[in-house]
Amino acid sequence: MPPIIDPNKCNGCAGRNETFCEEICPGDLMALDATTGKAFLRSARDCWDCMSCVKACPRNALETRIPYQLGYYKASLRPIVGRNTITWKCKDIYGKETTFKFANRIA
Amino acid sequence: MARMNTAHAVDFAPAGLESVETVEVTADLLIIGGGNAGCFVAVEAAKLQPGITTVILEKADIRRSGACSAGMDAINTYIPKGKTPEDLVRWSRAQVGGGPLREDLALSNAYELNECVDDLERWGLPILRDEEGNASYRGKWDISIHGEQLKPIMAEKALESGADVYNRVVATGLLMHDGHCAGAMGFGVRDGKFYVFRAKATVISTGGAGTLYKSYTADSTDSGAQIWMCPYCVGSGYAMGFRQGAELTSLEQRWVATRSKDFCGPIDTISVGYKSAIINAKGEHVMDRYKHLGGDAAPRYIRANAPMEEWLAGRGPCYCDTTRLSPEKAHDLLVDYLNERPSFVLFLASRGQDVTKEPIEIYGSDPYIVGGHTGSGFWVTMERMTTIPGLFAAGETAGGNPNKFVGGCAAEGKLAARGALAWMKTRSLAPLDAAQIAAEKARVYAPILRRGQDGIQPVAMKERLQRLMDEYAGGTSQYYRTNEERLDYALRHIKMLQSQFAYLTADSLHMLMEAHETMDRVDVAEAVVHHLKARKETRWAGWQTRMDYPERDDVHFDCFIESRRDPETGTITTFTRPYEQLISGDRQKA
Ligand SMILES: Cc1cc2nc3c(=O)[nH]c(=O)nc-3n(C[C@H](O)[C@H](O)[C@H](O)COP(=O)(O)OP(=O)(O)OC[C@H]3O[C@@H](n4cnc5c(N)ncnc54)[C@H](O)[C@@H]3O)c2cc1C
Repeated sequence: MPPIIDPNKCNGCAGRNETFCEEICPGDLMALDATTGKAFLRSARDCWDCMSCVKACPRNALETRIPYQLGYYKASLRPIVGRNTITWKCKDIYGKETTFKFANRIA
Repeated sequence: MARMNTAHAVDFAPAGLESVETVEVTADLLIIGGGNAGCFVAVEAAKLQPGITTVILEKADIRRSGACSAGMDAINTYIPKGKTPEDLVRWSRAQVGGGPLREDLALSNAYELNECVDDLERWGLPILRDEEGNASYRGKWDISIHGEQLKPIMAEKALESGADVYNRVVATGLLMHDGHCAGAMGFGVRDGKFYVFRAKATVISTGGAGTLYKSYTADSTDSGAQIWMCPYCVGSGYAMGFRQGAELTSLEQRWVATRSKDFCGPIDTISVGYKSAIINAKGEHVMDRYKHLGGDAAPRYIRANAPMEEWLAGRGPCYCDTTRLSPEKAHDLLVDYLNERPSFVLFLASRGQDVTKEPIEIYGSDPYIVGGHTGSGFWVTMERMTTIPGLFAAGETAGGNPNKFVGGCAAEGKLAARGALAWMKTRSLAPLDAAQIAAEKARVYAPILRRGQDGIQPVAMKERLQRLMDEYAGGTSQYYRTNEERLDYALRHIKMLQSQFAYLTADSLHMLMEAHETMDRVDVAEAVVHHLKARKETRWAGWQTRMDYPERDDVHFDCFIESRRDPETGTITTFTRPYEQLISGDRQKA
């Protein structure tokens, strides 16, 4: 059902023809709401949870959440995209945090 | 770099067809679908013929599109030292129960394979290696990678090759001339324009078809797309070719895989790579029951079906026993997931699950039509030309040649590029056929011209089809089983759906895309059902299970099932083609 958009962080990628999330979503599911100036998700049921939008957002305004029908409230997984690495911070429903970091490109 | 600009979707409310702008683009080579295979077509074409004009027509953005959008944790096929391309074909053959498969295609792919994987590494893909520099093998043929960036890496090279990339343009139909393919048509899902792409040769690489069947995790609210295959690859390539009379092969060999239950997460990774056994509710090793077929190393369709048989026999749920993993191994496992299906790590966290304490529950996926995994797809020549001259296929769209995966789809991209280039040498651009273009334009925009009127929402028709396929054409709810009467029922209702395309409505460009996706799904589903009907035996239980013909029948069915749709009448005929064994050895063993 993801992603959830934090309206305080999202600035609609002001000044761009497209928001980063709308540019990248393989399902054409992200768009800009002209009245609020923020990104929105067209259809939660069609999201594959590939997290491309979350990785692309420069303001960390997007968060993937597993649909409640499948997973309990509330866990989080956040990617931090580096130059040739990616770091993931995961928190489970009991608050246990784990960090993963690995190279995703040959430097 | 020639990435065409894209922007927010326009408010699109044309008064009539006349107010929709038509854009004409010409090129030497047209690639429909800039996925894994499509990117390799572009790179190979530019390498062999510098200066060639190539257009990539892509419904998403090639940097994150199709199967590889989220990344990959392995290259499933890379020939190790001491093994030969022939050995790989033997393995592929055994994985599909001895075939039939096109050993000629498989072998030519195998010869190209390692070089493609080496290309990826040269382009920046981290391949895990041991101290001596050897690729680290997970199983017999698959190597571990950190492939989070795999798709962006392939896309960069396609862009560097000089191809003009039209992102956010949805292909809807082929442009035909004299029985040949002369390009394709489609519409911009952001700009609303109608596009006519004319080319001397066309490669179709639109990936497979997910979403024909209902996923058991599709609830009525938020979770409709937690499937394994990319839900945005809906079989449009098969549909476009089939509507123009291209021959399809082996669609009845559907791909079903054992996946984590409730969220299609990778399981082969754990059961093969991390040697975690598949156990049932009683703690018994499920694959021990299949020792005579290879046990843990049994062909994929047997491994996919085994947990479902346990459920049916009252021995479910089943698990992949990760409780024996050391904490370090469990960490590596989660890193693999983050490279391929990151949200599965989030799913585990959402269940509060520590995999070293609690095993991962498993279940069968919904069925997919994916020629990069099984043999489904277009019947092609060695040059990867379909039965429509001038139309080439690569990757999931090309049939007869299973177990391609990332490396094999790349290899086939190169082969299709060579085939297309050779064909192009003798061709010039076909003249434009105004009537054909007008007809497709009218078909494309009909749902949006009907906006605001009473009619059918694309999503409603999609869900009608998915449930029909699930219940009557061997979906998960039926443990993949079907029979003649159910298939006839499915066909009757598919005909009803086709007769109601005329009532589809769309309020926006995104919905217009959904309307076309739905029509494509229905047309592909019709072909799938014909194939399932024609194979009156059970050859790959799970992938293809006929309750009315439960045994394998080598006398009649050790051959390919083919289908063709008459473009004039829409009538579908099925027929067979012989299997030819080219590589020596016991077909069931590798
Ligand atoms: C989750 C997942 C994990 C996998 N893991 C592995 C692995 O670890 N190792 C491995 O070797 N293989 C793996 N595979 C298999 C492998 O990814 C695929 O076999 C391969 O990438 C398919 O390549 P393709 O080019 O045929 O299709 P894709 O890469 O899917 O490309 C199809 C392209 O066509 C576009 N398209 C579709 N319809 C249209 C249209 N109408 N108009 C325009 N464009 C269109 C799509 O947007 C997409 O860009 C995995 C697959 C999935 C889904």
